[in-house]
Amino acid sequence: MTSPHLQLVQLSRPATTPKVMVELSVDGHSVKVPEGSTILNACQQLGIEVPTLCWLETLKPVNVCRVCVVEVEGARVLVPSCSRTVEPGMKVKTRSDRVNLTRRLVLEMLASSVDLSTAPGMAEMLAEYDAKPERFGPDAETVAQPVKVDNDLYIRDYAKCVLCYKCVEACGEDHQNTFAIAVAGRGFHAHISTEFVVELPESACVYCGNCIAVCPTGALMSKREWELRQAGTWNESKQTATDTVCPFCGVGCTLTLHVQDGEIVKATSPLDNDITVGNLCIKGRFGWRHVQNGHASRGPSADPTAPRAPANH
Amino acid sequence: MDIKISDATPSPDERDAVDRRLGPPRASWDGAELRTARDMHVGFGGKEQRDRRHLLLPALQALQERIGWISEGGFNYVCERLSVPPAEAWGVATFYMMLSTQPRPRRVLHVCDDIACKVKGAKEVCRGLRTHHSPPLPHGVVGGHSEEPRGAHATLNEHHGAWTTSPCLGLCDVAPAGLLIEAGPVVVERSIGELSSEYAMGLLGGGAEPDDVLTQATTIGGIGALRLLKRIGKVDPTSLDDYKASGGYKALEKAFQLGPEGVIREVTEAKLLGRGGAAFPTGRKWEAVRTQPEKTRYIICNADESEPGTFKDRILLTGDPFALVEAMTIAAFAAGCSRGYFYIRGEYPLAAKRVQHAIDMARAAGLLGPTVMGTSFAFEIEVRRGAGAYICGEETAIFESIEGKRGEPRNKPPFPVQHGLFNKPTIMNNVETLANVLPIIIDGGAAAARIGTEQSAGTRLFCLSGHVAKPGVYEVPMGTTLGELMTLAGGVSGNGTLQCALLGGAAGSFVRADEMGLILTHEDTRAAGVSLGSGVVVAFDSSVDMKDILHRIAKFFRDESCGQCVPCRVGTVRQEEALHRIATKKTIGGVKGELALLEEIGLAMKDGSICGLGQTAYAAVESAIKRLNLYPV
Ligand SMILES: Cc1cc2nc3c(=O)[nH]c(=O)nc-3n(C[C@H](O)[C@H](O)[C@H](O)COP(=O)(O)O)c2cc1C
Ligand code: SF4
Ligand code: SF4
Ligand code: SF4
Ligand code: FES
Ligand code: FES
Repeated sequence: MTSPHLQLVQLSRPATTPKVMVELSVDGHSVKVPEGSTILNACQQLGIEVPTLCWLETLKPVNVCRVCVVEVEGARVLVPSCSRTVEPGMKVKTRSDRVNLTRRLVLEMLASSVDLSTAPGMAEMLAEYDAKPERFGPDAETVAQPVKVDNDLYIRDYAKCVLCYKCVEACGEDHQNTFAIAVAGRGFHAHISTEFVVELPESACVYCGNCIAVCPTGALMSKREWELRQAGTWNESKQTATDTVCPFCGVGCTLTLHVQDGEIVKATSPLDNDITVGNLCIKGRFGWRHVQNGHASRGPSADPTAPRAPANH
Repeated sequence: MDIKISDATPSPDERDAVDRRLGPPRASWDGAELRTARDMHVGFGGKEQRDRRHLLLPALQALQERIGWISEGGFNYVCERLSVPPAEAWGVATFYMMLSTQPRPRRVLHVCDDIACKVKGAKEVCRGLRTHHSPPLPHGVVGGHSEEPRGAHATLNEHHGAWTTSPCLGLCDVAPAGLLIEAGPVVVERSIGELSSEYAMGLLGGGAEPDDVLTQATTIGGIGALRLLKRIGKVDPTSLDDYKASGGYKALEKAFQLGPEGVIREVTEAKLLGRGGAAFPTGRKWEAVRTQPEKTRYIICNADESEPGTFKDRILLTGDPFALVEAMTIAAFAAGCSRGYFYIRGEYPLAAKRVQHAIDMARAAGLLGPTVMGTSFAFEIEVRRGAGAYICGEETAIFESIEGKRGEPRNKPPFPVQHGLFNKPTIMNNVETLANVLPIIIDGGAAAARIGTEQSAGTRLFCLSGHVAKPGVYEVPMGTTLGELMTLAGGVSGNGTLQCALLGGAAGSFVRADEMGLILTHEDTRAAGVSLGSGVVVAFDSSVDMKDILHRIAKFFRDESCGQCVPCRVGTVRQEEALHRIATKKTIGGVKGELALLEEIGLAMKDGSICGLGQTAYAAVESAIKRLNLYPV
């Protein structure tokens, strides 16, 4: 996963020095992109939409979900556009029958095994590819399991996990360098876990929430959002997002506060922010609860300085 | 990065097992029990310690071999010694089926229930054990660990063994097969052929102790002069003198005269294609590594041999280990590699022992080390053992495994000849491929190319098992027909009527009884829509329930998928479910509907998977549907 060769693959943040350009064709359109770009970069430049799940501009591509596959002339099998670098003269097809079939099957496989109800954009994607997950029958094996609520800051609902590895990357090599979680087990039973499946307060987790920020399905969710969703009162259309600067230390991370009904319900940071690239620490991510302390529902453990106290449940 | 571990501490035995594998800790920084005054002033760790990550699997194996499972205390100690975050180490420990993170008895019998053993009585063995002993242990740790007592050291009955089912153990020639492992200060590992439930029960009771060497003789045979098998059973595999007396190390001598480019010229002229399944030209692979600007280069002998039905490499590893050491040395010399690895599947204890012995002898005789044969060429070889994962035969998964990570294949490109082990240029060759190198160097590439056909040169090892009278390994020139091969193996056994054969392994395809005229070359099999794979031929007589066999193959892929990419992780499960629905007559849309569904799942796995496992997981099923017409509609 985090093999060294992946480091050779360029992240899609803009290069500072002018680069050698590579010309290729995508769906018959000719396009020039800097050497080292991925096929996905070329598609984006052309405005050709390619679905992605495990890819994020701030993380090294792991090319595991395979929803972004495209057909490259001369290649025996389809290639993941998110990680394959462009070559001069490459001829790429993004919506051939082969591509459509594999994308549809991948989506059907995921939707038949994982709860995708809180994955943004997923319903549209399933519809676009005419995916019918129910054709695998009512007995199709799933990853259904109880939600893990073991601390007061965020929950882990692995019944919603598509195993995109993003949280592992964010927690480990790519961002946080904490390595609290990893992929464990094998095959269909592969899953995200701490060592010996210990609860988060016993693990190395520092509650930065950077895993929550990259999770594409809502499997990782701040406790407040989860509570509001449980109560049926989470309503994104009623929310406003305001950028501010995190007041807790001198770094000055950009903080986006999401407010619903006069209450801060979530804090994020923009992915394209040069300093944070979407990351925060426990104070930025969860300190707003401190700001709002006094809210009856949360009690003393909402104090962000005491996050390791195990939750009572 | 701080390592945060729990309070569980290792037992003295666990500490000892790990220290024997890793060497003693240098300071309390990396796990020493006592904190010295010096530790307060000098820190160890950092990059140097993290660079030992590649020892993670060997260290976990040391615990498994000593205690029989990996306890939290032992696990913590390994993390501390190697500075590996526990979550990451957990991911590795739970990847391999021969490692257990649940308490287990010391003595465990692994009983093969895979295809070749299935038709030779494995079901009866398992049934006997189930009825008269116990249910099998659950597989691995996939479900997690939370209900089990943590930190407790094994409190299980020392004298009562347990058993578990296993995929193909590479002993199909002596099916039904088993592997006994007893943890302890000196681990006992024994391959067992012709297993019966009575004998198995005796083993689990602690009574019978099988021989170190597999006593059931395997058949070695062939058509024409044996090139690869000529020493098997004739020359003592533990004696360097005997090996030399039978022509050993003449090829290395000649290789030094030819020089690197000369060696590669001969191998290229011999038209040697890789025998591990992908049939890539070996000369081209070596040349690609030889011409890399990066000077640190590696070579790995792929001895993971886990393709169901395959056991030819076992015969070479146990019967002629010096030849493989010599051949690897030649390849390393040709491509400029300074270090080599034998990655031997964990289920091959005798092979690992014999190869290690051969390496030690060769080193002592100056045939490995800083000045190989007195030349300026320096080369070292290390043995690494797998731990129960078919996927770790895929070349890039081997890199990950040796590096101390989960055996998850990498996406290609970049290719191993540029970015392989530790991100350095690496040659990966199958055992049989390497065995071909010696006769090529001795007789010349042109002579080797004259054997076989224009496009498929040389001889090839085939593994015959299932319903054949004389199961074994047969060396024949490429171009031999399947029927000739069957005759060589004494013809059909069982009820005497052939139903079909599986060609190429679980990743291969079925051929019908009326297709025995099939010519065994790359070009002819390709034209027929099948493949030679790893040289597997499992014969099935007309009494065998092929749907049952097919279901076992589907289960194999499901169990062995690494789980990384969606088409394979979920596709292998959906494939097995569809076959199950047909078998239990609970089809969706009738058999026709299920076959259409299987076809789509198969296409997505073939086209969308990262590696060869997912890409071939539908091959046998497809051939059963289309060639055998197993599910008429
Ligand atoms: C799932 C999978 C398992 C494999 N297992 C083996 C194996 O056990 N032994 C082997 O030599 N090659 C195996 N291969 C093929 C290797 O990836 C690789 O092609 C081969 O070792 C190259 O050596 P060769 O060129 O000498 O054949 C496997 C491939 C896949 C996809
Ligand atoms: S909150 Fe931060 S430290 Fe904890 S698991 Fe997520 S990324 Fe890792
Ligand atoms: S929890 Fe979310 S981010 Fe982590 S692997 Fe699952 S879906 Fe991806
Ligand atoms: S095809 Fe299967 S075995 Fe290969 S990488 Fe994907 S999940 Fe793993
Ligand atoms: S987005 Fe490319 S494989 Fe997941
Ligand atoms: S050893 Fe049992 S099938 Fe190969």
